[in-house]
Amino acid sequence: MKERTVQLEVLRYNPDTDSEPHFQRYEVVCQDEWVVLDALNEVKETLDPTLNYRWSCHMAVCGSCGMMINGEPKLACHTFLRDYPGVIRVEPLAHFPIERDLVTTPDDFMEKLKRVKPYLIPKKPKPLEAGEYRQTPAQLTKFRQYSMCINCMLCYAACPEYGLSPHFIGPAAITLAHRYNQDSRDGGRDERQEVIATQEGVWECTFVGACSEVCPGHVDPASALQQVKILSCFDWIGEHLLPGGKK
Amino acid sequence: MDTITTDVAIIGAGGAGLRAAIALAQSDPDLRIALISKVYPMRSHTCAAEGGAAGVIKPDDSFELHFNDTVGGGDWLSDQDCVELFVREAPRELLQLEHWGCPWNREADGSVAVRPFGGMKKQRTWFAADKSGFHILHTLFQTSLQFESIRRFDEYFALDLLVAEGRCQGLTAIEMRSGQLRQFHAKAVIIAGGGAGRMFPFTTNGAIKTGDGMAMAYRAGVPLKDMEFIQYHPTGLPNTGSLLTEACRGEGGILVNKHGRRYLQDYGMGPETPVGQPQLKTMELGPRDRLSQAYWHELQKGNTVTTPWGECVLLDMRHLGAKKIAERLPLVHELAESYLGVDIVKDPVPIRPVVHYMMGGISTDTNAATQLPGLYAAGECACVSLNGANRLGSNSLVELLVFGRRAAESALAHARQQPEPATAALAEQAERSQARIRELFSQPDGNESVAGLRKEMMQTMEKNVGIYRTAEGLEEGVDKIRELRERYRAVTLTDKTNVYNTDLFQVLELGSMLDCAEAVTVGALARKESRGAHQRLDHTERDDANYLRHTLVYSQGREAPRVDYLDVVITKSPPGVRDYSGDHK
Amino acid sequence: MSRRPYVREVPPTAWYFRHPRYLRYMAREVTSIFVGAYCVLLTVGVLRLAQGQASYEAFLQALQSPASIVFQLLAFAAASYHAVTWFTATQKAMPLQLGDEFVPGGWIAGAHFVGWGLLSAAILYFAGVF
Repeated sequence: MKERTVQLEVLRYNPDTDSEPHFQRYEVVCQDEWVVLDALNEVKETLDPTLNYRWSCHMAVCGSCGMMINGEPKLACHTFLRDYPGVIRVEPLAHFPIERDLVTTPDDFMEKLKRVKPYLIPKKPKPLEAGEYRQTPAQLTKFRQYSMCINCMLCYAACPEYGLSPHFIGPAAITLAHRYNQDSRDGGRDERQEVIATQEGVWECTFVGACSEVCPGHVDPASALQQVKILSCFDWIGEHLLPGGKK
Repeated sequence: MDTITTDVAIIGAGGAGLRAAIALAQSDPDLRIALISKVYPMRSHTCAAEGGAAGVIKPDDSFELHFNDTVGGGDWLSDQDCVELFVREAPRELLQLEHWGCPWNREADGSVAVRPFGGMKKQRTWFAADKSGFHILHTLFQTSLQFESIRRFDEYFALDLLVAEGRCQGLTAIEMRSGQLRQFHAKAVIIAGGGAGRMFPFTTNGAIKTGDGMAMAYRAGVPLKDMEFIQYHPTGLPNTGSLLTEACRGEGGILVNKHGRRYLQDYGMGPETPVGQPQLKTMELGPRDRLSQAYWHELQKGNTVTTPWGECVLLDMRHLGAKKIAERLPLVHELAESYLGVDIVKDPVPIRPVVHYMMGGISTDTNAATQLPGLYAAGECACVSLNGANRLGSNSLVELLVFGRRAAESALAHARQQPEPATAALAEQAERSQARIRELFSQPDGNESVAGLRKEMMQTMEKNVGIYRTAEGLEEGVDKIRELRERYRAVTLTDKTNVYNTDLFQVLELGSMLDCAEAVTVGALARKESRGAHQRLDHTERDDANYLRHTLVYSQGREAPRVDYLDVVITKSPPGVRDYSGDHK
Repeated sequence: MSRRPYVREVPPTAWYFRHPRYLRYMAREVTSIFVGAYCVLLTVGVLRLAQGQASYEAFLQALQSPASIVFQLLAFAAASYHAVTWFTATQKAMPLQLGDEFVPGGWIAGAHFVGWGLLSAAILYFAGVF
C-alpha cells in the first residue's frame, strides 16, 4: 500500500455566506488504492468538517455519491485515485441546482421518475393464490439490463439536451418506462407512451449518447431511448397509415 | 415549528418502511401516510443485499424444514411462534414482489428459480442475480409511486419520538435541506430505520447504518433486545469491507488457508465435499457465525495469508468458470476487480469476516408491536426474535417484507382506535427536541471531535466486542463506551449553519451509535455463555439453564442501563445440537 | 440562514465546447449539411438531364472545376463519417435477441458495414467502374 498526497479542488457553496460557488483546495494524504470518496472522507475527518456531500454504500449500488470529477459525471465511490495523477477537481453534478457544496437538489428527477409510471401494470391481473406470472429467462433478458438503473443521475448530468431543455424527461426515467414496457408481465405501455413518446419525452433526445458513456451500471439508456423512438414510429404508422388504425 | 399531521408515520424508507407504506396505502386509500427518511428511498441500505430471499416454493421443500433451519441456525434463541408464522408467510410476500415486477431469476419453464444458501438444507433462496436487495428495494420504491396517499419526506432526519398519555404519537425530524425542525403528529409510528453496523470499523454496512431508529426507541424507554448478537459475514473485502455474497459459496466457491487447505473441515463442518459440488448445510455452506469463528481460529494458528490489508483467508471461485461467474456473480466479479484488483476468474480473492448484521434491535412481538403503545418496528432495527443468536443468510430480506406488512396492519388497527393526537403535550415535547439541537449549536467548542470519538468507539467495539469476547474485554468495553458517552456531551459542532449540515447529522448519528453500543456491550457482558454469534472465551458452552432467554436492555439516561430477560418461546423444537457436519446427513 | 439553491446556467450556444464527446456529436450532426448539399447537387443534375444533352454536359463540365472537386471530397468525407457513426450506433437502436441471449452489438454494426460495402460495390459495378 503506497501513500500519496492528493490535491483536491472542491467546489464549495454555502447559501448562508456565499453569493456564488468557489473552489477550495485541499491537500490530503491518501492510500494508492483509494477512491475519490475516501479522499473526501479524509478531508471531512481530518481537515474540514464543514464539507458536505452525500454517500452511503461505497460499492456503487446506492447511487448517492454522483459528482463531477474533472468535468466528468462519476460515482465518487467508484473513481480511483490511481487514474488521476494530477489535481482532482470535484464539483456537484451538472444540470442540478446546488443546495450546498457537493449536494444538489434532485427534485426534478424525482418528479420525472414518478411521471413515467415505473411500476407493473399487469396485462392480465391474477391473484397471488394462482402463483407467479410465468416469465422465461429469455423474456427476463429482454428487459433486465434496463432494470439495473441505480438512479444516480449521472446520465442527466452528462446529457446536453437536459442541460439546455430542463423539461426533457431524460435518460433514466424514460429507460425505466421502457423497462416496464418490455416486461412480458406488463400491459401498461399505452399509458406510459402518452408520457414518454412526446416532445418533452423521447423526441427531445438527439442521440448524443453521453448517457450511456457515463452510466456506471452499464444500463445503456441511449439504447433504450432509441428503441422507444423506433417503437413509437411503428405505433404512428399503425395508427395513421394502416387500415383499421385508431385514427 | 411546522406541524405535519398524519395517521401513520414511518421512519425509514428501505425495504421494511416501503413495504409498510404500501400495505397501509392499499388497505385504506384515505389514510394519511408520512414516509420519513434521512435518504432518498433508493439510497437505503436494502439495495446492498446481494444473495437473495428465502421462501419455500419447491415441491421437495416444506415449512417444517425452513423452520428447522432457522431455529437451529439461530442456536435456539429464536421465538418459535415467530419463526412458524414467518416461514408460512414468506412465500406469499416473495410472490407479491413478483407480481409487482421484481425481476427474479427464472427456470427454463418460466417459474421462479432458487439457489442454495448457507445453513439452509434445501434450495429455497429466490434471487435476482447477485443484486437481490437492490431489485427488491427498487421494485418496492417504484410500486409505492402509484399511491398518492404515501407522502414522502425524503432527507428528513428523525430526531425524537413524541410520547403523550402513554402512547407514541409522533416524532420530530429535521428537514435536512433547510435545517428546520418539524413535528409530525401521528396516531401510530413505525420505525424501520435499519441497523447500526457503523459502530464497527470493518463493516459491509453503508454510512447511513447508524442505528438512529433503535436509539430513538431506546431513549423513549423501549428496551433493545439481544443486542449482543452481531453477525460477522465471513466473506468481506479486507480493504473496503464490501460484501462478497454468500452466493459465492452457494455457487461452489471454496475457502482455503495459506496452505491451500479447506480449513472448515477442521471446525466441525467436514468432511470435505468435492470442489465445485457444494452440499447444503456443510463445509462452505455452513452458517455465518461458524465460518467467521473458523477464521479467528485460523488466525490464531498462523494459517492466514498476510496481505497489504491485513490477515486474510482465500475465497477461490476459479473453478466456476468465466461464464457462470458472469451469469450468477457479476457484481462480485466487478467488486473484487475494481477495489482489490483481483480477477476472480483467474485468482482466489483474499477475504476476512466483516460486521454485517445485527440480530438484536427494538424489542417487538410477532405483530411488530413494541412495549410502547402506538410504536411499531420492523426490519433490522427491530428484534422480533426471528433470527435468534445468528441469522441465516436470505432470511432478512423476507423479514423486511413479512414484518413490514405486519407492522402496517398493527399500526392501522391501532390508529383506527385513536382520537386525534394530543397536540399541546406533543408541541411541548417537540420544543424539548428543538432545545437539544439549539444547545448543540450554542455549546462552546471543546476538544472532542466527532471523528475522534467515532474512531475510539469503533476501536472499542472491534477490540472488545468482536468475534470472540471475554469478561475483561467486555468490562473494558462497557467502561469505555460509558466514558465516550460522557465525553460526547461536550462534542464540538464545527459547522453552525442550517442548510444540509452533515456535520450536525454526523454528531447526531454518533449519538445514536453510542446509544446502541451501550446496549451491545452491556448485553454482551451480562450473557455468560456462548451462543451463535456471541462467543465468549471464558464461557465456551451454551447455557440453556440460565440463558435460553432474550436480553432486554433499558436505557436509564446517563446512568448504567437496566438489564432484564424474557423467556424464549419454544413451541416444537427443544434446544438441540447445531450440526453442520456432512457425516450425519 | 435558509435555502438558496444555486443554478448554474448552461451556455445556450457554445455548450458543445465543454466536452470532447459533445464536439464529436456536433461533428456528426454537421456532416448532415454536406450530405444534404450533395443531395441538392444530385437533384440539380437530374434537372439538367431533363433539360437536354447540352445542359447536362455543361453540368458535368462544372463538376470538374477545382471548387466542385473540393466540395465533393468534403462531402464524401462527411458522408463517410456520418455513415460510420450511425452504423456504429445501430447496435443500440436495434438490439437483436435470439433465444436467451442478445446478438453481440458488433455483429449488428458489422452487418450494416457489410451491407454498405456490398451496395457501394453494386453501384460502382453498374456505373461501369469494374
